[in-house]
This record gives sequence, C-alpha cells and structure tokens, in this order.
Amino acid sequence: MSYLYADPAEPPTPRVLALGDAAASVAFGARIAPEVRQKVQAFCAALAAAPIEGVEEWAPAFASVAVWFDPDRISFDALAPRLLALARAPASLALPGALFEIPFCAEGAFAPDLAEVARLNGLTPAAYLERLGRLTLEVYMLGFQPGFAYLGALPDSLSAPRLATPRTRVPAGSVAIADGMCAAYPYGSPGGWRLIGRTPAPLFDVSNERRPALLAPGDRVRWRSIARNEYDALAARWRAGGFDPAELRAPR
Amino acid sequence: MTARLALLRPGVGVTVQDLGRKGFRALGVPVSGALDAEMLAAANVLAGAADGAAGLEILLAAPELRADAGAARLGLAGDLSGVVRRAGGGREEIISWRGVALSEGDTLTLRLGQGPAYLGFSGGLDLPPVLGARSTFLRAGFGGLEGRALRADDALACGAAAGDDLAGPPFSRGRGPIRFIPGPQADHFLPEALDLFTASAWRACADSDRMGLRLSGPRLRHGPSGANILTDGATPGAIQVPGDGQPIVLRADCQTSGGYAKIGCVILADLPRLAHVAPGDVLTFAPVGHDEATAARREAREAFARWRARLAPIGGWDDKRLWTENLISGATSGE
Repeated sequence: MSYLYADPAEPPTPRVLALGDAAASVAFGARIAPEVRQKVQAFCAALAAAPIEGVEEWAPAFASVAVWFDPDRISFDALAPRLLALARAPASLALPGALFEIPFCAEGAFAPDLAEVARLNGLTPAAYLERLGRLTLEVYMLGFQPGFAYLGALPDSLSAPRLATPRTRVPAGSVAIADGMCAAYPYGSPGGWRLIGRTPAPLFDVSNERRPALLAPGDRVRWRSIARNEYDALAARWRAGGFDPAELRAPR
Repeated sequence: MTARLALLRPGVGVTVQDLGRKGFRALGVPVSGALDAEMLAAANVLAGAADGAAGLEILLAAPELRADAGAARLGLAGDLSGVVRRAGGGREEIISWRGVALSEGDTLTLRLGQGPAYLGFSGGLDLPPVLGARSTFLRAGFGGLEGRALRADDALACGAAAGDDLAGPPFSRGRGPIRFIPGPQADHFLPEALDLFTASAWRACADSDRMGLRLSGPRLRHGPSGANILTDGATPGAIQVPGDGQPIVLRADCQTSGGYAKIGCVILADLPRLAHVAPGDVLTFAPVGHDEATAARREAREAFARWRARLAPIGGWDDKRLWTENLISGATSGE
C-alpha cells in the first residue's frame, strides 16, 4: 500500500501520510512543544522557498503540516519523498513573525469564566490577568474558523480544561482558554473553551485579500487588558472601518 | 450584454457555489464550493458558462425566478423539473438536463426531487469574488450573495444567453462502494476496525449537512491511543471517527483541521456520489490505493467528456422525446 511513506529504518517521524488522493499530512510528532513548532514552521518556510510543481497550498498544525496538491500534476509517490526530504532537513531558524499587542476587556459579561479559571489556578481574577498579560504567546496554527489562531503555550498555572458542556453560542471576539491554549473567536459559534474576555480587534477581514487573518502562524501575541470604555471606543472606531492591523504591532 | 433575474421564491438551502476557495486553508478558511462539482459543471455547460463558474446549489427546495432584464440561459442539472411561463403567454414543462433561455418577463418555477441539484447561468453568476472565489461559506457569512442562502426578492445578474438551448443525457453514476484511501490515522484503530468499516453497511443520519455526513453502524473501536489526536489537517472526504465509533465523512464546508482520528479519506472521484447520500441511505466503503484513485479520476473525466460530446440543440425537437432517447442511451452506456 502506498498510503504510508516512511523508511522503516528511520525513527517514526517525520512521516508523510496520505490524506486522500489530493493531500498529504507531514507528521513531525504527536505533541505540542516549541521544538516541534520550530520544525513545522521551518518546513513551511522551506516549502515556500522552493515551490514544488503541483503543490497548491499547505497549512501547519501543532505537529504536522497538511499539503494539498493536484494529483494530476504530481503523484503522491513522487511528492512524498520530496516532502520527506524537506521535513528531514535540519530546521533552519524560521524568521519570527510579527509581535502583536491585542487589547481585550475582561469585565462583566465579557468574561463569564474568568473567576472560575482564576480560582482553579489559586489566583484572583486580577492576578490571573496580570500574569496572562506578561506572556508572549506564539501562533501555533489556525483552524476551527477563518482566523481562529491557537496561541500557546499557556503554563499549567494559567490553564484550565474545556467546559464539560460547550456553550451553544460564543460571541464573536471572545477571548478564551482551554487545555494550555488561548484563542479569540473571529465569528460567533458554539464553543467549549472558557471565556475570559472580549477583544474589539477585527480578527478576520475578507476584504483584505493579502492578509485576511490578523494573525498568521509564527506571529506572537501579547494580551493587553483594557477597560470597558476603551473597548467601546475601539470597537466603534474599528467597526467604522478605521482598522489598520499595523496599529496593533508592538515594537520588537 | 448582461441579464438580470429576480428571485420570486428562494427555495430552501439554495446557495451560490463555485469550485471553492483555495489558498487560504493555512488561515483556517474552508474550501467550500459545490458538493458535486461535476454536476455544477454540467449545469454551467448547459447554461453556456465556464465549467467552474458560479451557479446555484439547491439542497432542499428549488427556487422560482423571473427574468427582469435581458435574456438569460439557465442550465438544469440534477433531479430538477419545472415550468416556464412565457411573458407573451405559453407554458412549457421542462426537465433536467437542458438549458432554457428566459426572455424578459419569463418565469421559471422549479421542483427538486432529490438534492443537491444545480442551476447554471449564462456567463456564470456575476458576483464579486471573496478571497478568490464566489462560493458561499454560511458559518462565517462570506462569499456568494452576502454570505447567506438566497432570499425572496434577491436579484441575480449573469451574462446574456447566446445560441441554442442544449440538452443532454442525465448523469448515471456507479453504484459500488465509496472508495477511500486508508490513513492518516488508521493505526489509531484496533486492527479489526478497518475490516469492520469496509465489511459493514452504513446508514446516513438526518443531522448531516454541507460540513459533514454522519453515518451509523457498528462501533469502530480505537486502539490504546484513542479517538482523540493532536489536531491536524482535515479535508473534504476525510472520515473522522470520534469516540463513539460512528464515522463522520467531512464535506465541502468542513473545518481545515480536526481532532479526531481519521480512518481514511474518500477519493476525489467519489466525492460527487457522496454529495447525493440522503438520510436513511445505506452505503459501503472500499479501500483503494493511489493508482486506483488516479484511474477513477481519469474515468470520471472521460465520462464527463462523453456526456458533453452528446449535447445537442433542442430547437425544432420535441424535447421530451430527446430526453427519453438520451435517458435510454445514458442507461445503456453502463456508466
């Protein structure tokens, strides 16, 4: 069978696995870790630097990269060894992405789970927000919704498990945490993460063809807690079309 | 020259779709697009549009339209029939697979048998592309017509009709098992699970949609590594199996990533057939390799080219007779 391409003499990763006849999954491991993320990002950078005829697009995940291709231009059997060679190349230092400082408001109805998340970690809500604000989080991947960036990794001391029963409706802009990850919901949807605030920042803008998602894999994020009146002012200004992602970029 | 149509009745589950939105999956943007891209292409060919142009996908109930300006040609593909009422009087019963030109004031009332069916428009629906495609993605509300299903009084613009109305034989597709390539997490299952998956009959559940097709059958048991995986890439056709052991086959609007082990992924050539599985239908699956998947894609391309080659103008014909003849030859060609 050709659905698994791996040299049996080699350690189990990286591996190239078939995801149907028009995609492959390049697996670098099965855990979330900075060194795995580094390999994933270096692989994506290598793919961008040396395009392979027939490869259409790719998307990084925590420890793997999905690669979509046109099987009538390149076969899986021809592509897999080339992907494996790229995956095995020593991870060059991928250029760090942009650093964003994103405002969010953790007051009242915006943060229904903040008190419980803080309590689970033996902190007051204010102390929890203060520690969260000191972190620089990395964008591991996007998924779940357009522009939904998985930010990590939260230390165990600031994390909490998912809700036992997901909410049927999480409002757009909600800032949430679960299982060592943090994210903001670009669109309203059902969701099981714990809500600790809300950001007025437009997280996904289809009219920005060049960069529709505010955050891209490899970017870094710092959360800046703001008061409700500042949230309202920013939300009003950005809703009116006055949003420039550059204004959230933090100095390096 | 352009034409404009008004939607008198919107139907149910009617959205603008094309071949989907590629190039933004790293940002979490699903590909969307027609569930049955081949049938959309047929509707486009019959309407006089490029194969991948934007048309309407009709899932649950068909719309009623009126030509308000200019002459438009509509192409009917799938289980559709309808009535054309001419502005100058006159009433024609029509049925897929054909094009029909509507002049100003003409109305077309469509009926859907089993969805999805497709309506093509001369020159394709004229809508601004969003992230490179005109497909509607309902959950985020973008693409197509304001990111939503059609409503009464919506206006649609397309190119002007030229030439003759064409008709062709109905599609007839194979009835064998749905073919899939095992992996990428087939090793998350007990060894007998893959055999059980391919040996069992699976019933389609009612709570299926453009995101996924839920199946019910015997429980597929995961191995010690369990049903949950570290979230990785997902794609239409991927067969996820959550902890309850009941598979979900992902469809066009599926998320770009997922956290359940995937026992396999349906091949491109069989995605169109998967689109027509209705609640209560029973289906089976067969594992194949990449060579068989390549052969299946080639066969599908060739069958479409043969279908296209059989298209003929309706003008001067009794179109019911033509359709009957084509139905017979379509059925005897054994595709």
